[in-house]
Amino acid sequence: MVALSEPAAAPTGDRRALARRVTLLLVLLLLAVSAASLTVGASGISLRQIGGDLLAGRELSLRDRVVLFDIRLPRLAMGMLVGASLAVSGAVMQGLFRNPLADPGLVGVSAGAGLGAITAIVLGGLLPAGLAATLGHYAVPVAAFLGGWASTLLLYAIATRSGRTSVATMLLAGIALGALAGALSGVLVYMADDTQLRDLTFWGMGSIAGATWAKVLTAAPLMLLALAAAPALARGLNALALGEAAAAHLGQDVQRLKSMAILTVAGAVGAAVAVSGGIGFVGIVVPHLLRLVSGPDHRPLLINSALLGAALLLAADVISRVIIAPAELPIGIVTATLGGPFFLWILLRRRTLLEL
Amino acid sequence: MLIARDLTLHLGRRTILSEAAFTARPGALTSIVGPNGSGKTTLLRALTGELVYDGSVTLNGHEIAQTKPWRLAALRGVLPQATPLSFPFTVGEVVRLGQQGGLDAGGPDLSQRALARVGLGGFAGRMYQELSGGEQQRVQLARVLVQVWEPTAHGAARWLFLDEPVSSLDIGHQLQVMQIARDFADAGGGVVAVMHDLNLTAMFSDSVALLAQGRVLAQDRPEAVLTDALLSNAYACRIRVNTPPAEATYLLPHAARHAAAAE
Repeated sequence: MVALSEPAAAPTGDRRALARRVTLLLVLLLLAVSAASLTVGASGISLRQIGGDLLAGRELSLRDRVVLFDIRLPRLAMGMLVGASLAVSGAVMQGLFRNPLADPGLVGVSAGAGLGAITAIVLGGLLPAGLAATLGHYAVPVAAFLGGWASTLLLYAIATRSGRTSVATMLLAGIALGALAGALSGVLVYMADDTQLRDLTFWGMGSIAGATWAKVLTAAPLMLLALAAAPALARGLNALALGEAAAAHLGQDVQRLKSMAILTVAGAVGAAVAVSGGIGFVGIVVPHLLRLVSGPDHRPLLINSALLGAALLLAADVISRVIIAPAELPIGIVTATLGGPFFLWILLRRRTLLEL
Repeated sequence: MLIARDLTLHLGRRTILSEAAFTARPGALTSIVGPNGSGKTTLLRALTGELVYDGSVTLNGHEIAQTKPWRLAALRGVLPQATPLSFPFTVGEVVRLGQQGGLDAGGPDLSQRALARVGLGGFAGRMYQELSGGEQQRVQLARVLVQVWEPTAHGAARWLFLDEPVSSLDIGHQLQVMQIARDFADAGGGVVAVMHDLNLTAMFSDSVALLAQGRVLAQDRPEAVLTDALLSNAYACRIRVNTPPAEATYLLPHAARHAAAAE
């Protein structure tokens, strides 16, 4: 992981060059973690041997092919997408709420997306046959997106009065929304039949272990769309750090910016939750770490968040594979075990700057 | 020109401004004064398009309620009373935010020049959140200056809207900031400032609007507005202008003017 030094601001206060170096480092880190993710696991694979085989024109063994192309690669793609989505949506949400504590997991957006996903799994059969056929595999991510969108919108409406977002209101409203979504999810689980319960259990484990190409292709469009839209928000989010009025005076269409940011968060979180359950702390740890190193400018921050988020989730996934091998730990447990203490460390260290 | 007509504004059930009229011309520094709660800041926020109003406000001929934010941003900069920042930006990064709103490419050293202009040269690498309130306010002024660095563009005036720009400054920096506003107006730009200090208002303004209870009592040259009768009425206390006390020590910014100008 990157060095945890204090921000080394140049005399001009310009940290853009530093941020570019961080980007480069993160690309290398992501490549290294990706290589580990392809090779480490219940069935060991040597990249060098496979590379040699491919170069020499030899066919891979059936076992290597299956492990690599049907298990490890989709899992790699899923891990990258989910990690990047969670980290970027955390950064966007923190910029939107102008607070480093806003995290989709903490303030009920993930719970709302979860409720959407569970609703689709349990009540999906009630949809008109035509609509169900059209939505197909997309029903669960689309429902999760709608759930995440509705809860972000509601949260913003509750926490923002005349252009000012109250952090205390945001966190408390997030707890209430999360509890409500949890209760409704509970009702739906109670209604579910045996097959649906099985689906729910697998989904709820918070894991990317079950990644298949079909799953990746289902969730990827929404996540890629959100990831592609995020950089366009960067300048607006920078201006928004001065407050809504000042952002408007700097020429930002604030209403449009807010709507775009909320849609981006809902899309990324909705799709990520739909395929991986609730994986916590990535959205808060990654942007915070990057702000410490290279500053809060959202132009590099959003890109670097995507890279570090992807690397972090892949690393957590590798750990989840080896720590109780040959069994696997749900990845949500790994990120929470690493992220919880880290979050406490942030609170202790930067207490004065959080201004709760 | 900035022309506001029949400006009425409600917040909830309270009427904050009623049928206010206000004008400011390019090349002039126009001040808005009045007691607490008289609607000064509300008037400024209506003039900058921040609040929804009844009536009409035109800036260089554009009705501002119907003008796109980016077009307004190229035309005028707005300095709020205080700007708390949510993230640990450096001073240099904050000032550069102003460049994204303005027209000027300005060159990479524009933010440095703006910081030097507000007396904060060498502060670019400091963290904004670690500065004092007065220093933060001057950083924000530098940011706004960067946004409208040239007082005129394409033959039309550009504008500075300042909400109590000197409220948390010491006397030396008060004079310095007022001089920056004065220079902007002298170079052809328009300046509208909400002011608390009547001495500074008298010293630097070309035109003064006096507000009380949401109404504009008068707008004219300073000597015509800052009179015993009008001020006593507006501030609800007996006020006599140009009357030094018999015994006590008193201090007027007028006497400090040259020291600051020499900086």
